[in-house]
Amino acid sequence: MRALLLRDLRLAIRAGGGFGLALAFFLIVVVLVPLSVGPNSDRLAIIAPGMLWLGALLANLLSLDRMFALDWEDGSLDLLATSPMPLEAVALIKALAHWITTALPLILAAPAFALMLNLPGAGYTGLLISLLLGTPALSVIGSFGAALTVGLKRGGLLLSLLVLPLYVPTLIFGAEMTRRAAETQEYLTPMLMLAGITCGTIALLPFASAAVLRANLR
Amino acid sequence: MVLQVTDLSLARGGVRLIEGLSFELASGQAMLVRGPNGIGKTTLLRTLAGLQPPLTGQIDAEEDSLAYAGHLDGVKPTLTVAENLRFWAAVFGGGDLETALRDFALTPLRDRPAGQLSAGQKRRLGLARLKVTGRKTWLLDEPTVSLDAEARALFEAAVKAHLAQGGAVLAATHIDLSFGAADTLDLTPYRATSPIAGAFDEALL
Repeated sequence: MRALLLRDLRLAIRAGGGFGLALAFFLIVVVLVPLSVGPNSDRLAIIAPGMLWLGALLANLLSLDRMFALDWEDGSLDLLATSPMPLEAVALIKALAHWITTALPLILAAPAFALMLNLPGAGYTGLLISLLLGTPALSVIGSFGAALTVGLKRGGLLLSLLVLPLYVPTLIFGAEMTRRAAETQEYLTPMLMLAGITCGTIALLPFASAAVLRANLR
Repeated sequence: MVLQVTDLSLARGGVRLIEGLSFELASGQAMLVRGPNGIGKTTLLRTLAGLQPPLTGQIDAEEDSLAYAGHLDGVKPTLTVAENLRFWAAVFGGGDLETALRDFALTPLRDRPAGQLSAGQKRRLGLARLKVTGRKTWLLDEPTVSLDAEARALFEAAVKAHLAQGGAVLAATHIDLSFGAADTLDLTPYRATSPIAGAFDEALL
């Protein structure tokens, strides 16, 4: 399993692996928001939590379709399915690799982006904790969507349509937690909800992904 | 006995292909699967590998004894030859990398990105993977596609060595391979007579 994780990380940082794509997209969103709503810093401070979470979520979506599609195209997925590694573990490791290459850089860059959107100083802790707790769910849900669309040519749009409704709870509680933190309110409830959603998806969805992959490989 | 198949029926995309197929593969035995295009050679190999369930019938094999090599080699273009092989060796937990590289004349290419290999070199890398799996029974689907005469000789030597070590090989192919004493399994007599698989809906299974 470590071998698969290392291989996926190595593939991501080699040429054409798409590493940094999500970060660049997130940066574009954050740069364009003040241009579209105007430079009024009070207004920006109000919308910053929602915009940061929306940007992170869409950036996450960008690289989902490569998760299984590349392995399916070159036959690696067949070979992984016939290997001693359970497909459930393959799905979970793929989600973890996606999280490390996509979400982790976003989280590390988030404070800088928050500064560009004038997020109130009290909101930074809430933003970072909410991203740390919430983004694993995005990657795991995404791996399920990627498994569903693995055999389809250009299934990227369908993948987004399937995955976005499942992203909604994470988006709601993540943005809510950041907003409450920014307004120096108590944010334990949305934080627990966010952690609960993430734990639930990690516990259940790899099994669904593996079942779907088996059906798609037939 | 490394592989025993009893009364197997297969379908592909809701169409019944093979009926009543039974055969045995013993340790040290090579068997060539023959038959016209579309008869179900690939479907048979994928079913044996566990990638799809049979309609009916039974497949008995030792646990974790099968290694499958399909039309595609599962080679990552941005990884080097050695990195590709090392990954599969780690996944299957065994196998000697250097021997596999040497047997398929890949040692001079070991640090070359696999994306720069020719089709034949890529196929050799795909076949070298079989050696690092450490599995006993090889299921090969058209293994000699894009191999030149020299590479084919390397492949035949690797298969012979594998058989001598007590392995077994089941290969679907159209050309004549010299594995020594290879048996032939012709699928034509097992062609399904009722082409539609009936009420069987594989999307719901």
